[in-house]
Amino acid sequence: MDVVSPGFSGRRRGGADLPPGQYLTHEFPVLSAGPTPHILTDHWEFTVTTESGEKYKWDWAALMALPAEEITKDIHCVTRWSKLQTTWKGVSLDTLLADVETGADFAMAHSYGGYTTNLPLDDLLDGQSWIAYEYDGEPLDPEHGGPARLLVPHLYFWKSAKWVRGLVLSDTEDLGFWETAGYHEYGDPWKEQRYAGD
Amino acid sequence: MERTALRRRLMWQVATVADVRRETDTARTIVLDVPDWPGHLAGQHLDVRLTAEDGYRASRSYSIASAWPGSDTGSTIELTVEQVPDGEVSPYLVDVLKVGDPLEIRGPVGGWFVWTPDQDGPVQLIGGGSGVVPLRAMLRAHAAAGSTTPVRLLYSVRRPESVIYVSDLKELATSDDVDVRLVYTREAPAGEPRVGRIDADVIERHAFGPEAGATTYVCGPTPFVETVADLLVAAGHDPAHVRTERFG
Amino acid sequence: MSQANYLDGNAAAGALSEVFAVDLTTAVGQCNGCGQTAVFAEARVYVDAPGMVARCNGCESVLLRVVTTPHDTYLDLRGLTYLRVPNS
Repeated sequence: MDVVSPGFSGRRRGGADLPPGQYLTHEFPVLSAGPTPHILTDHWEFTVTTESGEKYKWDWAALMALPAEEITKDIHCVTRWSKLQTTWKGVSLDTLLADVETGADFAMAHSYGGYTTNLPLDDLLDGQSWIAYEYDGEPLDPEHGGPARLLVPHLYFWKSAKWVRGLVLSDTEDLGFWETAGYHEYGDPWKEQRYAGD
Repeated sequence: MERTALRRRLMWQVATVADVRRETDTARTIVLDVPDWPGHLAGQHLDVRLTAEDGYRASRSYSIASAWPGSDTGSTIELTVEQVPDGEVSPYLVDVLKVGDPLEIRGPVGGWFVWTPDQDGPVQLIGGGSGVVPLRAMLRAHAAAGSTTPVRLLYSVRRPESVIYVSDLKELATSDDVDVRLVYTREAPAGEPRVGRIDADVIERHAFGPEAGATTYVCGPTPFVETVADLLVAAGHDPAHVRTERFG
Repeated sequence: MSQANYLDGNAAAGALSEVFAVDLTTAVGQCNGCGQTAVFAEARVYVDAPGMVARCNGCESVLLRVVTTPHDTYLDLRGLTYLRVPNS
């Protein structure tokens, strides 16, 4: 039997342009499951490892040399905040993966600091994801994942791995940091796929 | 005997608000009537869970402010909640919840940051802001047990109006065994010239020295606790005798 | 400057009480990462996240994770070599 707390509604949730169960914020909340890594761009590296073990690497200069895009997207955190029309600059994964030979279906994003999250490779392609290094016209703060983070705005924001350092491609689906702890393996905010089984 | 209360899996249970008491502009004490409360040790906390009409839930931890057994009526316990700016749960507890309302709780929990009257040695309590809440429970337990163990409370607050438990602390400080000292970080009352954070000098002048062999309890926001714990260790206190509790 | 975006093991006591019949804050655990042995109450606990993550206060390795979903509680203890719990 649920006890309803009289007069409690929590933060106001809902709205035409919000996924179910989300509330609108104008802040940019910082979630942290560990200490914030401080990675110098001089030491930064991004590696794609294919299912056959082949590695493709970019250092910061190589990333900067690639064509960048301006991105304006809504973002939705599984802790229920949504932020609309956030603006980023970054390199599309289509660009980074253009010359990568793979038949893999799945990707595991790895971050400095040890974080991981899993995604279907298809969700990283076709203009759906970026390696973002600017937010709101400024270099991305370490607390928001700088120098560079994965940006996959159509999924819950835990999929947009902060401090990203690589992708490991695979034929089989493994589960990442939150996905092994009860969060949904895919995480579509519009279907409210918060937890395993949702 | 009280320890047996810890050895069980905890379930959520429904308490009823028996009374509320304004402490400061932003803090309120909530008196809860809890059927079959198993008792608790001074310093323990509990979780509070709120449920909206649509099933949305939010839960937070709060220190228990009272000692057990309670000095006055039946099976009541007290929480003191400081309103967090832009918070979701604390504004409800401080401004909305009223006498007679149900409140889901799970507790008591935590057996580390506790003081019991049978513990050896003097007790040093150091609290920052609402970090004083579990320390007040320890002072209450000390008084209820008629303990003659020397206790000192060093309480860091922003300004005189921010002090919670004003009359309570005055009353407790009348005991020969209890010493209460306040440090003001923003604004001090008339006649109290010093304004500033707890530093090595404050620790040296107001806290038991390392030779006293006191157990020290530090509670407050994380930066406060880290700073004070570092100062204590730098002053020669044995880290094994410093217990800490941080809140966000 | 030290970061302060964490709490300590005391903050995990409620969630862990759903799973354990004993109080884990007084338990002594060894970190699988660096071998440090400490009372669980002294672990760093990160709560501003989708779940609760306790890390070693020496090396910051993950000691344990707890996520409470509407259906289940998930507990990951892989970062602890052992836990020692008082008998009484």
